[in-house]
Order: sequence, then C-alpha cells, then structure tokens
Amino acid sequence: MADVQNTSGATTAGSIEVGTTGAGAQLAGPGTGRATVQQPIDARVAVKPSFDVNDFPVPHGREEDWRFTPMHRLGGLHDGTAASTAARGGEGTDKVELALPDGVTAETVGRDDARLGKAGTPVDRVAAQAFSAFEQALVVTVPAETVLTEPVKIDVHAEGGVRFAHVVIDVKPFAEAVVVLNHTGTGTRAANVELLVGDGAKLTFVSVQDWERDAVHVAQQSALVGRDASLKSVIVTFGGDLVRIHPRVRYAGPGGEAELYGLYFADAGQHLEHRLIIDHDTPHCRSNVVYKGALQGQDAHAVWVGDVLIRAAAEGTDTYEHNRNLVLTDGARVDSIPNLEIETGEIVGAGHASATGRFDDEQLFYLQARGIPADEARRLVVRGFFAELVQQIGVAEIQDHLMEKIEAELEANVG
Amino acid sequence: MATLEIRDLHVSVDAEGGPREILRGVDLTVKQGETHAIMGPNGSGKSTLAYSLAGHPKYTVTSGSVLLDGENVLEMTVDERARAGVFLAMQYPVEVPGVSVSNFLRTAATAVRGEAPKLRTWVKEVKEAMAALQMDPAFAERNVNEGFSGGEKKRHEILQLELLKPKIAILDETDSGLDVDALRIVSEGINRVRSTGEVGTLLVTHYTRILRYIQPDYVHVFAGGRIVESGGAELADKLENEGYEAYVKGGASE
Repeated sequence: MADVQNTSGATTAGSIEVGTTGAGAQLAGPGTGRATVQQPIDARVAVKPSFDVNDFPVPHGREEDWRFTPMHRLGGLHDGTAASTAARGGEGTDKVELALPDGVTAETVGRDDARLGKAGTPVDRVAAQAFSAFEQALVVTVPAETVLTEPVKIDVHAEGGVRFAHVVIDVKPFAEAVVVLNHTGTGTRAANVELLVGDGAKLTFVSVQDWERDAVHVAQQSALVGRDASLKSVIVTFGGDLVRIHPRVRYAGPGGEAELYGLYFADAGQHLEHRLIIDHDTPHCRSNVVYKGALQGQDAHAVWVGDVLIRAAAEGTDTYEHNRNLVLTDGARVDSIPNLEIETGEIVGAGHASATGRFDDEQLFYLQARGIPADEARRLVVRGFFAELVQQIGVAEIQDHLMEKIEAELEANVG
Repeated sequence: MATLEIRDLHVSVDAEGGPREILRGVDLTVKQGETHAIMGPNGSGKSTLAYSLAGHPKYTVTSGSVLLDGENVLEMTVDERARAGVFLAMQYPVEVPGVSVSNFLRTAATAVRGEAPKLRTWVKEVKEAMAALQMDPAFAERNVNEGFSGGEKKRHEILQLELLKPKIAILDETDSGLDVDALRIVSEGINRVRSTGEVGTLLVTHYTRILRYIQPDYVHVFAGGRIVESGGAELADKLENEGYEAYVKGGASE
C-alpha cells in the first residue's frame, strides 16, 4: 500500500505503476512496482479540451493516455474510420428505454442546446469524435428540490453498427436522485455523459457496462459538482471486448463531495480500462475513490489510472483513492496507476493505495479445512472481495442486482 | 468407533537448498473419545503434524500413512478430509474479508453435513453455541477473523468445532495468546465437545497450562520430528517441573 501524505507547503508528485503479468506476483505495489517518470497530471488536465474532433491528432497508442489501449480494437473510433462507416450507412441503432419518476423530464435536443458541454468538454479524440458525430442528445432533468424515491433508469440496448451518443443528467439544486445508465447489446459506441449536480443536490449515478462479448465502448463521463453537493458514481463493467471509461470530476463551489466507486470483472481477452481524473480546483471539497476488479483467463487486461490533482486554490481538500485487483488465473494483466499531484500544503489529507494480488492460498486452505470445496471457496473469496464495495452503494435494489450479476460471473467463470 | 492411525509419517517442507525433513516417523493412534496431548519444544514439528493431517499444501508427505477408519486420508483433498471428519483449529486463523461469520459457518456446515441445515434450528444452534462461548451475537455479522482479537479468533475456532462435530479434532496451540478467562471459556467449549464421547482430540500445545482445564488420557512428548516418550497425564506434571531440556539435550532433537 502506498500513502502519499503531503507535507506542509510542499509540492509533491506521486506516481506509482504496478504491472502484473501472468504468474508469480503475489502482491505488487510500491517497493515491488516500478516508479516511472511521467507526464505530470496537470499537463494532462491542461490538454486543451475541444468539441471538435479535428483539434486532436489521431492517437497512435504511444501517448500517455493511450499507451495501455489496444488501438486496433477500438473499431476505428479514434481515427475517423468509425465515423465514416456510420456516415456511409453503417450507423447502428440503440433501443433506449427510460423509466422516469414523476417530475423528471427527458428531452432530445440538438448540439446547439445551451445545456450541452457545461459539465465538461471532450479531452481526447474519441470523446471529441462522439461530440462531433452524435445526432441528438438526451437531456434528463431532475427539478430543484425534488427528492426522488425511485431511480431514473436509462436502458440502452445497442443493436450493432457504430453510434455516437450524448447524455446530460441535470440535477437541479437541492434535488436528490439515483440514475442508472445500463448498457446491453453490442456495437461500437462512443459517448459523452455529463453530470450536472446542482448546489446542495445529491446524485448517485450508476453506469453498468453489461455488454455482449464483442462490444466496443468508449465514454467520457464529466461531472460538475456544485456547492455542498454530493456525487456518488458507481461504474460497473462486466462485458465488452474493449471498454474504456473516463470519469472526470470538477467542483463548481466549495463543500462538494465526490465518491467514485468502480467494479470490474475481466475475462479472457477482455480489455477493461477505467481512468479517472479528479480536479480539485475549489477549496474544501472531498473525494474518495475505490475501484476493485477481478481478472481471469488468458489476456484478460484491466487498466486503472486514478489521477488526482489538488490545485493551489484547493485548500482544505480531503482525498483518497484506492484500487485493488484480484488476479484469479495466470495470463491476466493489470496496470494500476494512482497519481496524486499536490500544489498546496493547506489540505486535510491526500493519499492513495494500489494492490494487486492473487488468491490467498491461506484463505483457501482455511475455507477448505472447513469442508468447503475449492471452487466454492474461491467463489466465496471473490464474492466477499466485491461485496465489501457493493455495500457502499447504498441503494438496495442496485446492490442486489449487482450481486446477482457477480454471482452469474462466478458461476460461469470461477471454478 | 472412529480411529485415526498415523504410521511412520515422514513430512518435508521446501526450504532454501532443497526439501527439509520435519517429521521423522510419527506413530500415533487416536480413538474416538480419547484425548491425546502432544507436547514439545518450539520447532519440534508438532504444528507440522497438525497441518499435515489437515492437508496444508506447504507440507509434502514423503512416506508413511494416515488412515481414518481405514480410509487413506493422505489421498484426500483438504476439503475432503474435513468432510471425512478431520478438524483443525488453527493457531493463526486467517482473515477472509467480505465473508461474514454467519455465511461462513452456514457454508461450512452445509458442506460437512452434506445438506443445508434447516434455517430455524440452525439459527438457534449457532446462537446457543455462541452464547456458551460468551460471544456477542453481533459477532456473526463481522467478516471472518477480520479485526478479531486473539481471544475472539480462538473462540471462533472452537465455535466451529462445536458446530461441525468432527470425528477427530486437532487443536493447534489453541491456548497460546489467551488470558486466563479466555483460556477457561475456550477449554470449557472443548470439554463440551469431548463430553459427547464422539470426538478423538489431539491437543497440540507447548505449555501445560491448558491441561489444568482439559484432562488428557495420554501425553506424548514430541521432539526432533517424532514422539520420543508417551505416558499418561502424569507425564505432563513431569514436563511442568523439568521442562523439555532432557529431550532436547538427549539428542532426540537436532
């Protein structure tokens, strides 16, 4: 475990890289991992955001932001070929079903709608491609001071082809909402999701990537957290061939709070990438990140990059990020990189931790010594590993659904 | 009547520079209803005996046999041994994050009994067993061994012993790290199980302290990877007074 604790007045750049390839590595982390010299986070944050795809050069895979992504499996989302396929009649369809509790509105709007781009502007070529190519955006609004008792559900079932999407979730001041964005089906998809959390509002946003095995999905999820507002983001990725989710958090006023939870299960050949940036540019805000993943099978690959930047103005910041990976078989690979950059010493706390390990043989022995067969013991351990995180979500219906999904993964894959 | 027969058991571990033999010909027969204390100095191999019987992968049996009612225990996997009726209470029980005690106990009982215990009687059974060990009911909702004190871990081991009702119970240094109160509570739990007459107990210990609570039928002195002397409860008194020096210096150990 690595803790980077700031010292008063110091500017610290913390960067840890953990590479786990195949067998052998019991635990990786600082001391066993490699420390690398990297492009500092603020340079990445400073990449000039743009809505225009032409403002970004075509990435070739050696750039810091793309170095773990198998570019040839992106379905051309990064080099214009997906967009031209769509333009030449290869555009796919999505079956979208909405469940809107009373008071919640959903509109489809054009790209000139003023509400678009307020939470964040695309920061890479795929996100800009999505913005340049989508036809209509979905805007879901929860009116001010409306406290929902039922979740807003957005079910997206992709029916093949290429498609670009834009979704805005606008939670007005002092409203409280749970929004579940559920992805199923297959196709090549790039999207921008914007989360506007108004002053004093509370949003739990759950994004489930339950794709079929061959789907490609790249999404930038930008959140703007208002004064004294709180965001809980839960990203759950099970399916797809290549999934790359990029949650970003900025704060619009002091007192904002962001909890970012993630859970992923990579099977043979799957590339599941989660990279997040929390940009603390406002005083007295808090962030807490916990991502947990399990991997199994040949060439299962998980990437987790957690960037936290505490700018000079962000006095009183309190942040911690934590990534844990459980490697269940040989042949799987994890890249786990927490980054913390601190430009002010006047903060409450800042730290990060990353650990990647295999099944603990002693745990398995203990369970087996109580008569529990090996396969069931392994499932018990993995279930426990995820249950700790799922219990944090705080919405029973979603927790139950996720544990069922985990159960199904375990039945199918962990024996 | 269940009988565990250990014959000329030799066990090695992988060490730097190749395998190192720890057990050098152990012979012992434990019958249902009997209590055998295995006593010996540190490093004599008594814990290795306990873990080898349970099938810990770290230990390699190089020769000898272990039979439970004529069945070859050494050919069984760890979980098969447990289901056949071998129970090991560990000196250092392992944490299993995210798995609650109640879920763990029920999963284990289901595995050992061959069917899920009926919910109503099960809840009562667990409650009573926990109360007898003076365990707070809230304990059931905690994760297995996570953040448990030394005494809580040992009570949890004996709780499992009471619920799983093995034929052969191997208790590895169950007394170590316990204060007097905890030692009494844990010993009473062991005695409850013993009093059924249905379990053969192998009590592995360094100290004679626990034998004030648990009266053994046989005491064996373990040194240099084998039993070097066997006797009745009076042998424990001799060890209490004279220590292990005679056995260590006598060349029975390395």
